[in-house]
Amino acid sequence: MLYREALNRAIDECMAVDPTVVMLGEDVGLYGGSYRVSEGLVAKYGEKRLIDTPIAELSIVGNAVGMAIGGLRPIAEIMTANFALLAFDQIINHMSKYHYMSAGKITLPMVVRFPQGVSKQLAAQHSESYEQMLAAVPGIHVFAVSDVNYAYHALKKAILMDDPVVFIEHELLYNKKGEVDLNADLDPFKARLVKEGKDVTIVSYLKMVDDVMAMLPALEEETGRTYEVIDLQSLNPVDYDTLKTSLEKTGRLVMVEEDHAMGGYGAQIVSWAAEKMFYALDAAPLRIAGENVPIPYNRKRELASIPTPEKIKDRIVAWGAENGL
Amino acid sequence: MMDKLIIEELYALMVLGRQFEYAAKEHYMAGDISGFLHLDIGQEALSVAAMKAFDHGDVFTTYREHVMAIARGIEPKAVMAELFGKSTGVSKGQGGSMHLFDPSHFFYGGDAIVGGHLPNAVGCAYARKFQESEQGVLVLFGDGASNGGAFFESLNIASAWKLPLLFLCENNQYAIGTKITRVAPFLEQRKKAEPYMRTMEVDGNDALAVYKAIREAQDYIQKGHGPIFVEAMTYRYEGHSVSDAATYRSAEEVEIWKHKDPIERMRKVLQERFDYSASDLEAINKKARETVDEALIFAKESPEAGIETLYDNVFKEVNHVVS
Repeated sequence: MLYREALNRAIDECMAVDPTVVMLGEDVGLYGGSYRVSEGLVAKYGEKRLIDTPIAELSIVGNAVGMAIGGLRPIAEIMTANFALLAFDQIINHMSKYHYMSAGKITLPMVVRFPQGVSKQLAAQHSESYEQMLAAVPGIHVFAVSDVNYAYHALKKAILMDDPVVFIEHELLYNKKGEVDLNADLDPFKARLVKEGKDVTIVSYLKMVDDVMAMLPALEEETGRTYEVIDLQSLNPVDYDTLKTSLEKTGRLVMVEEDHAMGGYGAQIVSWAAEKMFYALDAAPLRIAGENVPIPYNRKRELASIPTPEKIKDRIVAWGAENGL
Repeated sequence: MMDKLIIEELYALMVLGRQFEYAAKEHYMAGDISGFLHLDIGQEALSVAAMKAFDHGDVFTTYREHVMAIARGIEPKAVMAELFGKSTGVSKGQGGSMHLFDPSHFFYGGDAIVGGHLPNAVGCAYARKFQESEQGVLVLFGDGASNGGAFFESLNIASAWKLPLLFLCENNQYAIGTKITRVAPFLEQRKKAEPYMRTMEVDGNDALAVYKAIREAQDYIQKGHGPIFVEAMTYRYEGHSVSDAATYRSAEEVEIWKHKDPIERMRKVLQERFDYSASDLEAINKKARETVDEALIFAKESPEAGIETLYDNVFKEVNHVVS
């Protein structure tokens, strides 16, 4: 099953079991979704539940908040992360706060989904990542899942849960293939141990997990070391227990993220490690992140602005050499 | 002719509302209440009559909402305790003056992002239509909210989808300290809604007129005609919040509006049309005073929530206290 098909299946199943589940966004209905995530659903559930909205992101999320207050279970789709900025008032001021400000009287069972990140030459206004801002907001869960099987289970959990979730996808993951075990009991709040290793812990999420895995055989061959790879999956809350167990074993941390390095999400993980795991560490952590530039259009410049498998490998090799690995 | 009991109820609620607001101001000055405190004094007719008239649906409103909350049926003592930040407050002290939510009264009373609650009201109206409910949604906002993007998006969507939504613009002519005509091309904000939906104008300082207009508008949205826009002209006597001395308005202007005082007008109706005596009116005043005094005692004597509950209600299902 493709990643986008796994998401489609999760939405489909939730709509089948719960008649209050609705989905709204630009082109989610008749068109089937910009990335075909809602393909075929309008034929099954009708335009009342697959709601084509105007291009008005603030309203897409703002309406979803009101629908949730009114007893529905909405899934709001935003076409891309940069457009979601227009809805950040609703996400941050409304969706994340109503439950707390009302002392629990209002619950918002809702999901906001959007893809982010560098795809291919979409330029500065269609390529950015905003998990660092959203994970910093109390009152919303932030999922960013790279695995197809987990994507299916995490989205289902997000839709059927009574708390608001921001579900971040990546434009280059939609056509990723993977097996989905429909009967698995997976916890999206837990980090995923992608690969075991004993010398270094590499922490990542979303598409960068695949970039890490792509260069890993070459890295292990070149350095003669084994690397443990952890996919965070849930960016808020963070499964620190899994990270702790791994770092106690390896003593070395590499954090890989696509976003700009400045204030990027990985800074939180490295900061945590410095504060809480200092005496378990044998070397200063390494952060591999994007450059602090708007994402350029030109392909060479675009690739120069973000981590790639080759760059990730080279940085880890150089860091390992400096740190006696 | 409207029922005498309804008229008396509107009057009693306005009197209570004004006394409540003056008491809140006094206790703000004394330091019992902090933060931002937006008083409704001068606008009580609109707040009270809209809440009583709109009896088939949900209400979304702004941060100037103590009187609305009380008119909606929330206990004055629970509102006062919230202002005092106490655990017995309507939002357990987690919301404060600007955030008085009570779904049991279909009251979502206090969004403090100007215009930010309009899309929420649109979404709730969608839910009501989806559910084929007889209920609609009333959303209140000031003239200051009618210049932002959320306002225009909401007019557009509510009208495109024919949602049972009543827009009620409380036009008090000032967006904090800026007169509306300095930042909008006209005083009447309903002109912006005219291309999208039926609009109505009402004297916001006439409680009976507001009551009738909101009843008519509620009937209209319930019948499936789509949204409607009611604009009520009114005036606040106090500043935007208690910390605002309102130096941007002339004393003459305030005086002109005080001559249109909503409570005075209703008092005359009761005296002239229903033969209320001075002692009848004093009994209403006295009852209001007692209610406010009880609310103050309750608020003062109530405990604050313990700090151990700081993380309560961040989430419903999963509470993560991150190490």
